[in-house]
Amino acid sequence: MTLELGHLIDEQVNRRVLALETWLRERPFPGLKDIIVAYSSITVFYDPAEMSQTGWPDGVHRHIRQLLEEAWVATDREYPSFLQEGEPIRMPVCYGGGFGPDLEGLSIALKISSKDIIELHSSFIYRVYMIGFLPGFPYLGRIDPRLETGRKSRPVPVVAGGVGIAGNQTGIYPVNSPGGWQIIGRTPVKLFDPKKEPPVRLEVGDRVQFYAVSREEFEALYGSQGGY
Amino acid sequence: MSLSIIKPGLLDTLQDMGRNGYGSWGINPGGVMDRYAAHVANLLVGNCKDEAVMEVHFPGPQILFEQNTLIAITGADFSATVNDEVIPRWQPVVVRRNTVLQFSSLVEGARCYIGVHGGYCCDKWLNSYSTNLKASVGGWHGQALKKGDELPFKENTIYFAGLLKEDSNFEVLPWRVNTEKVYRWPHEVGFIPGNEWDQLSAASKDSFTQNNFLIHPSSDRMGYQLSGSSLTMDQSVELVSSAVSFGTVQLLPNGQMIVLMADHQTTGGYPRIAHVISAHLPKLAQLRPCDTIQFKRMDISAAEILITAQQKELHILQRACMDHLNELVC
Repeated sequence: MTLELGHLIDEQVNRRVLALETWLRERPFPGLKDIIVAYSSITVFYDPAEMSQTGWPDGVHRHIRQLLEEAWVATDREYPSFLQEGEPIRMPVCYGGGFGPDLEGLSIALKISSKDIIELHSSFIYRVYMIGFLPGFPYLGRIDPRLETGRKSRPVPVVAGGVGIAGNQTGIYPVNSPGGWQIIGRTPVKLFDPKKEPPVRLEVGDRVQFYAVSREEFEALYGSQGGY
Repeated sequence: MSLSIIKPGLLDTLQDMGRNGYGSWGINPGGVMDRYAAHVANLLVGNCKDEAVMEVHFPGPQILFEQNTLIAITGADFSATVNDEVIPRWQPVVVRRNTVLQFSSLVEGARCYIGVHGGYCCDKWLNSYSTNLKASVGGWHGQALKKGDELPFKENTIYFAGLLKEDSNFEVLPWRVNTEKVYRWPHEVGFIPGNEWDQLSAASKDSFTQNNFLIHPSSDRMGYQLSGSSLTMDQSVELVSSAVSFGTVQLLPNGQMIVLMADHQTTGGYPRIAHVISAHLPKLAQLRPCDTIQFKRMDISAAEILITAQQKELHILQRACMDHLNELVC
């Protein structure tokens, strides 16, 4: 069941979603399968068969709805203080060339030099609004309006670490995957590692700032973590 | 205790009921496509439902049993044979050491499950044995099965080798599961309206419930693309990505639909016009490209009653299977 707070990319709304998540995670119940937070919505996954064993004879969906309503009321009063943000996570990116195959085309399409695109992309501090699509894929926003661009008409292979932009968002491909975003660079930082706990580098609410590195620096950083 | 892959099939993976609880990390549940068939495959061989099973597609694999093994084949009918003799589905079978299981023809269904007594010894990641091919993790080293793979089993708790008659390759145990209720009317799929259902045009709502839709050949474990009459929204809605689930029906910009299946992504930005009810996902999982489906609207309470009843029957089945197995080997 999904509670939607409108359809928008907004920091206040996204913080409320996180507050709802915290409230709900503190109240687990048998049959709760998962809670997924997104830009402006929260979704509770539940197993009706498991839940009906513990009660809720008049339909378990009513119970879930009631729970979401309670969460809504409870989080209206206060936002937990731990949602205060710390220092942004600095994320190295080697822009352009073979690592950012779409940078040049984007420069022509947007009539902005590659250098300025890099400058604009790395000057903002972005918020991780949600993780989705692939394991550990962060949806970061919002980018400078001058960089807003459409998706490709069909997905092409993207290598792990690929940094892309689409619409008013930027993101990083944690694993090799087909993708439709415009790839402007690549980060040597591993965003997903199944052997680690947690396996994902970024979480919703984190703040991220990119900085440009040379090919040599990329290789050095990439080598120091043993590749992807 | 193990089996080995003589020849892999189209896509053979180890799966369980899915990796639940990690959606906010972008990690999808995955797991078997047909949860009912996988559940039954485990129960018939005396396992709990959470053991891994092998999910195979047609053409299926050729498998050598290196020890006497208690197995169950459920789901699709691919004419399973052991040393060229047909073995039944939905029934426990003791197979002799050094016999070969293979699948000779596609009769019906899309996915077949092979459960073994004890369960497969394989990689557990984030509380699940399911193979995540994209992340290369879980199940059999995160990969589809290949020629020469040797899959060990967990320990036996039942002594079933004594059930084999001297000169036979296998012994079919005398009980079977009646699956008629779960798979009847295979093309009729129940749905509850999704978050954007109300924004569909009236004509599109009618079209959705009255027309047949064809499962497109490009359909796979991630999703079934449907083709049929094109649907439209009353006003174009600008959505931002939000969570989706196994069974979510999304409307694509070209007016066609996709039904998300086991390997779906965690989030999506297309309108969610409907959700296939959980109790009907098993029969949907057994439909193949070029099959047709017809959507039938249900209310959420009815959907809950159906899945709860299905699970209740599986509980009863579990007890019955254990009783039968214990009786036979004592």
